[in-house]
Amino acid sequence: MAATQTPEAARPPGHQAARVRRVGTLRAWLTRPELAAVAGCVLVWLFFAAVASDSGFLSQGGTASYLEVAAQVGIVGVPVAMLMIAGEFDLSVGSMVGAAGMIIAISTAEYGWPLWAGIVAAFVVAALVGLFNGYIVVKTGLPSFIVTLGMLFALSGATIGLSRLLTDRTQISMYPGDLEGFLHSLFAGKIGPYPASIAWWLGLAVVATYVLQKTVFGNWVFGAGGDKYAARNVGVPVARVKILTFVATATSAALLATIQVLDAGSADVIRGQLLELQAIAAAVIGGVLLTGGYGSVIGALFGALIFGMVQQGIFFTGVDTDWFKLFVGAMILLAVLFNNLIRKRAAEAH
Amino acid sequence: MAENGGSRNGGPILEARGVSKYFGHVVALEDITMDVRAGEVLCLLGDNGAGKSTLIKTFSGVHKPDKGTMLVDGEETVFNSPHDAIERGIATVFQDLAMIPLSGIARNFFLGREPKKGKGPLQRYDAAFADRVTRSELEKIGIELRDTSQPVSTLSGGERQCVAIARAVYFGAKVLILDEPTSALGVRQASIVLRYIDQTRAAGIGVIFITHNVHHAYLIGDRFTVLERGRNTGTVAHDEITTEQLEKRMAGGKELARLEAEFKRGAKEIRVPAHPS
Repeated sequence: MAATQTPEAARPPGHQAARVRRVGTLRAWLTRPELAAVAGCVLVWLFFAAVASDSGFLSQGGTASYLEVAAQVGIVGVPVAMLMIAGEFDLSVGSMVGAAGMIIAISTAEYGWPLWAGIVAAFVVAALVGLFNGYIVVKTGLPSFIVTLGMLFALSGATIGLSRLLTDRTQISMYPGDLEGFLHSLFAGKIGPYPASIAWWLGLAVVATYVLQKTVFGNWVFGAGGDKYAARNVGVPVARVKILTFVATATSAALLATIQVLDAGSADVIRGQLLELQAIAAAVIGGVLLTGGYGSVIGALFGALIFGMVQQGIFFTGVDTDWFKLFVGAMILLAVLFNNLIRKRAAEAH
Repeated sequence: MAENGGSRNGGPILEARGVSKYFGHVVALEDITMDVRAGEVLCLLGDNGAGKSTLIKTFSGVHKPDKGTMLVDGEETVFNSPHDAIERGIATVFQDLAMIPLSGIARNFFLGREPKKGKGPLQRYDAAFADRVTRSELEKIGIELRDTSQPVSTLSGGERQCVAIARAVYFGAKVLILDEPTSALGVRQASIVLRYIDQTRAAGIGVIFITHNVHHAYLIGDRFTVLERGRNTGTVAHDEITTEQLEKRMAGGKELARLEAEFKRGAKEIRVPAHPS
C-alpha cells in the first residue's frame, strides 16, 4: 500500500516546513503536568527552611513528621489522582478509612479474629464498596461526584450505627498483642525515624506511575477520562477501567486505615474525615485536570508532599496551626492557576 | 485520478441493497441501494437530515437495517456491532475523530489497540513500537513529528483528521467511511485532507466521503450519490456531471435557487412601500 504514497518531491515547497514541530527539551519539560507541584514543593520547603530551620523543620525528626503527614494524604491521593485522570471522583474514601479501621478493630479486639483476617475483611469490604461505586456510576451514568457523595454519608452513618450496635462505642482499642509482630512492622513499623507509611506511599506512587505510563491499562485510563465515547468507539473497555479504578481508591483507603489503626493502637469512626478533599487537593495541586484525561501520579505525590510540609511547617514555625487551612486554600488556587497556564501551553503553542 | 478508479477484483467491496431504516414513524432510510469499489472515492451528498448519518451508522454497524441487506466482498453480512464492521475492514472516521485531545499522538494512534511487549504480569505498553509506527505512518502523509508524545491538540484540524484516517488505514481498513472530514475546516486545512484521501484511494482503499460541500466532493469524487429525505436520488460518475448540475441535484441546490428567486422578489417588494401608490 505504501508504495503508492506521495513521494517527498511531489509536495509543494514550503508545505513541509510548516508542519515540522520543534519541541525543545526544556520546553517539553515546562509543559509537564507535575511542574507546578514540583516547583511548589521546592518553594514551600525553602520557605519553611528559612523560617523554621532552628525549630526543627530541617531535622531528621522534622522531615519524618512532614513525610508522615504527606504519606497519609498520598496513600489515598495517588489512586484518587488516577481515578480523576479516568474522569471520576471518589468522595467516599474518607468514610472508607473510618469504616475499614472499625472493621479491623471490632473484628480483632471484640470478636477475637486474628489480625490478618481483620485486615483481609477490611480490604474485601473496601473492594466491594469500590465495585458498588464504580458499577453505579458506569451503569446509571450519574456523576460520580453525586454517587460517591451519597456513599460518603451512607458509609459514615453505617459505620457509626453498626459500631454502636455491636460494641456500644465509636472508638475501639486494639488488642495489645496485635500491636507487635510481622503485620505490625509491615504497616506501622519504622525504618530509622521514618514510619512505614512513607514507604507504602512512595511504593504506591511508583506502581501507579508504572501502570499509567507503561501499561495498556494506563493508556485506557487516559482514554476513558479524556473522552469516554471516543475511547469506547476505538475499543477501550471504559466501564471496566473505571470500576477497577474505583476499587483501587477504596482499597487504598483500607490500606491507610490498616496503617493508622496499627500505628495508633485504636480505631475511631471519625478517622479519615475530610481526607477525600485533601486527596483531591493533592491531585489538583499535582496537575490533574478536574475533567479527566490529563495529569500524573507523580504530581499528586508532590501535591501530598506540599500538604505535609505546610501542615508540619506551620507547626514548627510556632504560628497557630489554625492558619494551616488558609495556607492550603491559597496553595490550591495558585497551583490551579499555574497548572492552567501550563496546560494551555501544552495544548496549543509548540 | 480516474485510472485508480474501478475495482481490483471487479465487484464492489461494500454494498447496500434495498436498505431501509425506520425510527418509530420516521423513515430515516428507504430502499437505499449503493456500493463502493476498491480504489474509488464515492461521495455521499445530501443536506442535513437527508439520512447521511443514519446510512453511515448502518454501514459501520451502529444500526441494523430494518429491510434490505449489506454485502461485503459480495457476501451477505450482518453487522451486530461497530466491532463487527471493523473486523471486516469497514472503518469509520466520525466527526469527533475518536481522539483524546490532551493525550499524545502515538497513544491516540494506538488507543484501544495498544502494542504490547513482555509476558504475564510484566506485559506492558510498547511505547517504542508505537512511537516508531506513528512517526513513519505520519511521515507518509507529510506530517513530521519531533515528538510523538505531544498532545493531539497541537495538530491543526486537517492534520488531526489525517491522523485519524492514517490510523484506520494502518489497522487494515478496506473501506474508509469519512463523516464530513472537511466541513469544519478552512480551505488550506481541507486541501491537506483531500490530498490524503487521494493517496488513500491510490493505495486501493474504497472511500465513502460524506459531505454537503459539492466543491470538495467534485474535486475528489469518482462517483456521487445524492441522498434526499432518506432516498437515493441516483448515483452518477464524475464525467457525467458538472459541479453546477451536482449542486442542483442536492436539495440544497434547489433550496438555494428558490432562495435566490425569493431575494430578488423581496428586493422589489421592499421598494414598494417606499413609493406608496
